[in-house]
Amino acid sequence: MGAHHDDHHDAADPRGRALRLGIGGPVGSGKTALVAALCRSLGPSLRLGVVTNDIYTTEDADFLRRAGVIDPERILAVQTGCCPHTAIRDDIAANLDAVETLEERFGELDLVIVESGGDNLTATFSRGLADRQIFVLDVSGGDKVPRKGGPGVTTADLLVVNKTDLAPLVGADLTVMSRDAAAVRDGRPVLFTSIREDKGAHSVAEWVSGIMGAWRHQREQKHAHTHTHDQTQTQDHDHDQDQDHDHDHAAPTVTP
Amino acid sequence: MHGRSPGDAAMLLLADSRLPAGGHAHSGGAEEAVRLGAITGPDDLARFLRGRLATAGLVTAALAAAACELGTATAPRTARNECGPNTAPPATDEADVDGADADGADADGADASRPHAGETGGEGPRASRPDAQGAADGGEWVQRWRQLDAEADARTASPAQREASRTQGRLLIRTARGIWPSAILDTLTAAIPEGAHHPVAVGAAAASAGCDPYQAALAAAYNAVTGPATAAVRLLGLDPVTVHRLLADLAPALNDAAHAACASLMDAVVTEPVPRDSAARDSATPRVAGWQSLPGHCAPALDLLAEGHQNNPMKLFVS
Repeated sequence: MGAHHDDHHDAADPRGRALRLGIGGPVGSGKTALVAALCRSLGPSLRLGVVTNDIYTTEDADFLRRAGVIDPERILAVQTGCCPHTAIRDDIAANLDAVETLEERFGELDLVIVESGGDNLTATFSRGLADRQIFVLDVSGGDKVPRKGGPGVTTADLLVVNKTDLAPLVGADLTVMSRDAAAVRDGRPVLFTSIREDKGAHSVAEWVSGIMGAWRHQREQKHAHTHTHDQTQTQDHDHDQDQDHDHDHAAPTVTP
Repeated sequence: MHGRSPGDAAMLLLADSRLPAGGHAHSGGAEEAVRLGAITGPDDLARFLRGRLATAGLVTAALAAAACELGTATAPRTARNECGPNTAPPATDEADVDGADADGADADGADASRPHAGETGGEGPRASRPDAQGAADGGEWVQRWRQLDAEADARTASPAQREASRTQGRLLIRTARGIWPSAILDTLTAAIPEGAHHPVAVGAAAASAGCDPYQAALAAAYNAVTGPATAAVRLLGLDPVTVHRLLADLAPALNDAAHAACASLMDAVVTEPVPRDSAARDSATPRVAGWQSLPGHCAPALDLLAEGHQNNPMKLFVS
């Protein structure tokens, strides 16, 4: 919290802050189960934080704490006053505060997952809160849901269709869901999961790993561009870095 | 009022429920009152709002006005610090700021509480090094912000309410720093990193936005009743038009509360000069204003509601 309050988004840490991943979707579609699965899959290799936006109480936060997939201290719950979509889209102050509280409390993190309260198909995360977002549907809501679209379905960086194990029981045609989703998503990815059967949601975890790599690379490039005059000081490179790349973002002293 | 309220539009932004500062998640005790059956419909709600305005609302408005006055007192120095010789501000900016001061109630102490470069006689080096000046004076202002925040603390009996107030204050300051960046908000953040009380934050944000203390008080009083009113609409499914009618009925009382809040500032707050001599500066009991005479109306029922809310495991709102 220095005096340069208007540049904290980019410049506070040359290595870049944690990727903020929003997970939204209707009530009961498996958002919390997905968060738990990602904690299982990614927790061993990444420094994680989780912010939940329960409709009421701390149900989701408590579920995650009980699941034992992440240090309970790394989960913060935000209350949303009956309006979960407001807290992730129109007024993100409380969620940002929670994310930064985690970052202050635990130092540098790699990934902070913000789980929205269960909401409708129009609920999306503000780009001011989430760098990337996943929208979670489940087959039991009916196979026509992807066709109905809505910003959550159409614009999320990843659409997850969960509970595929129930498809035969509820008469949901996964082929139809896949086709309709592709039609409205303009090439953005869709993954089908059954988190009950795959406790680690490995396909989703793999996607998250992919975007994390890309995001980190993008930030490093951006930083390197702001320090083009530093290119000759490669001897300073990586002295405090643990990832390998080609950009000199560790030389802070020379100003253009 | 015509022609002398440059902060009007800024006040609207500050008071707007769409201001992204976390206010939507606070019910001001309304959720607990609904849960206990104390608010069941528009009539109950009208009484609740009127009572809230007369107590917590008035106190909030007065604290916001005091904070705005304190923030405004630092504004001329801020403008000087942020706009060096190479980026001289348009003349109107400074004229506005000075005009706002002249309109305030601080005429008797204005010269000493506004350390213009030309007035810090014998301190030429400081005038030419704004950072050093800011740091030296910053200590005084930090102290004053803490003092005012302590006044807010003393007027908030319920621990749950104190926590909610600080949370809201912290979120508002975060948001306001993005919208109206200023040394006022930077100093307040440095003074109270965990979050100033909400009314103090409202006043500081108002000063940063260019509002005067009356506007700060009005925005604070307005928020004190619109938050619970909206929460009641959501929780009870009340007709929103009916509830806004209640708010319209309260409008004269809102004006009165803001006026009363400003009246309470008379002979108080920043009218006292910042101590200049080192003896006063080092004193264990620094001279501060008559903030203790700000309204302190308590509302035990609201305090109990806040405490009860804290223990409700099914709550939807933060407070």
